[in-house]
Amino acid sequence: MRGILKSLATTLSTFSRRPVTRLYPEGHRDLPERDRAFPVLLWDKDIDEPFCTGCHACERACPVECMTVTMTDNPNHTTNDGNSKRRKIVDKFYIDYARCMRCNICVEVCNFEAIAMNNTWQGHETSVYDRADLVMDLPQLLVQSKAKQLEEWVPE
Amino acid sequence: MVVDTSATEFETQDLLLNVGPQHPSTHGVFRMVLEIDGELVKDLVPYIGYLHRGAEKLCENNDFRQGIGYMDRTEYLAAHNAELSYVMAVEALAEIEVPERAQWIRMILCELNRISSHFMFLGAFGVDVGVFGTPFIYGWRERERIIDLFEEISGDRMMFAYFRAGGLAWEVPLNFPERVREVLESARQGVKDFDGLLTQNEIFIARTKNVGVITADDAIEMGMSGPTIRASGVPLDLRKTEPYLQYDQISFETITADGGDVFDRYLVRLQEISQSIDLIEQCLERLEDGPIMPEKMPRMLRLPEGEVYIRTEAPRGEYGIYMVSKGGNKPHRLKVRSACLSNLQALKQMCVGQYVADAIIVLGSIDIVLSEVDR
Repeated sequence: MRGILKSLATTLSTFSRRPVTRLYPEGHRDLPERDRAFPVLLWDKDIDEPFCTGCHACERACPVECMTVTMTDNPNHTTNDGNSKRRKIVDKFYIDYARCMRCNICVEVCNFEAIAMNNTWQGHETSVYDRADLVMDLPQLLVQSKAKQLEEWVPE
Repeated sequence: MVVDTSATEFETQDLLLNVGPQHPSTHGVFRMVLEIDGELVKDLVPYIGYLHRGAEKLCENNDFRQGIGYMDRTEYLAAHNAELSYVMAVEALAEIEVPERAQWIRMILCELNRISSHFMFLGAFGVDVGVFGTPFIYGWRERERIIDLFEEISGDRMMFAYFRAGGLAWEVPLNFPERVREVLESARQGVKDFDGLLTQNEIFIARTKNVGVITADDAIEMGMSGPTIRASGVPLDLRKTEPYLQYDQISFETITADGGDVFDRYLVRLQEISQSIDLIEQCLERLEDGPIMPEKMPRMLRLPEGEVYIRTEAPRGEYGIYMVSKGGNKPHRLKVRSACLSNLQALKQMCVGQYVADAIIVLGSIDIVLSEVDR
């Protein structure tokens, strides 16, 4: 009987503590800067084009082969009277979020710091009705960085 | 009126009862077929393989960095420990020396993961025994704080992919020691809560004492490991018997119990949480600044020919990696030695002769993770 009373005293003592839960869809907790949701591409605001040159480094390093990248000549390159130093630039970029396992390897192998893991809540709340909608194309991958909604964290 | 059926002409037949694979008390997709006579279990046949994803084969097609992600997914409640075995196997083959700071951080993270995994066990086990809700939420609450810390360090909550062959993927945040101490403080309170809630509770003791007993000899024969075998009185703790990382530098005692029953398995895990808290504090005192990766690491790691078996003490027991390399950047063969698979083999021996309700708590007390059993 004493043991049972002790159990009840334990549960009773938790009433005096602060709640640990949070109403989720109404309120979001702050995410740490290193938080890893799905990868997104970054936008070079100075030159107004993506950092990505379509070099296939991330595509080759991806363990689950969730990426598809193609490369094209940069129409904005200095030889074409543009202001960009990138000779080549990304043409098409698809990431299948349904396959991605968020391992951060694509960020590590990128030579141009052109890809980062999304550390905002938008990256986590990606529910859709159709799996095909989880295949993100280039504009969708760039939209957050372009709108300056992203403060990316890239490991050294 | 009492009818004596023992000496009548009634024919009785044993009932086959199928439990699982989709059953909340089988902790995943595990199926067992019980042969029961009334309420007594006469035979038990476990069926596994519902969560087989071929992680070993996938690792053979991936290089040594890519494989880490798959290791996380074999043991999702203690992913740091699973990664550790894998990267240690690669380091042993490539003869890489890990910087001291990386080793201490690895130890801290693995011990934290042990705490979170054991809290998860305590919560789920409480539900199995019948204390519905309360311990589950207590365990979840403590685990959540540790997982928040992991998120601040590695960026992910369960699939960390934070260890690399040679050290760590990136440096821990600046406030790491303070945050760890903060988490330990709450974990200590969590142990107190569980201790008060369950350890002396008469109903809990009546439910768990002398249930699912396995003797030390049988446990050794079954190849069991981890808290499950230590509860039977075998002082087998790889951190003590075969020290890896810096475990020989710190002092701790192997926790054992004598009974070998469900209650002892619970008690050993509860004490191990306190032990891990103590271990982490010793690690934090020894933690010094320094590099977290060796100076010269190739971009793409290529291993010489050879084979190695590395085992570490994961929360559920011996987590081993057998790796064969024939040169190149991929393992030729990778085998995961899962502690849960071996521990699960003793299930039949522990359950036969017990009641059906006890079979559930015996299964809960082994603390299986089905993704580790099936890989």
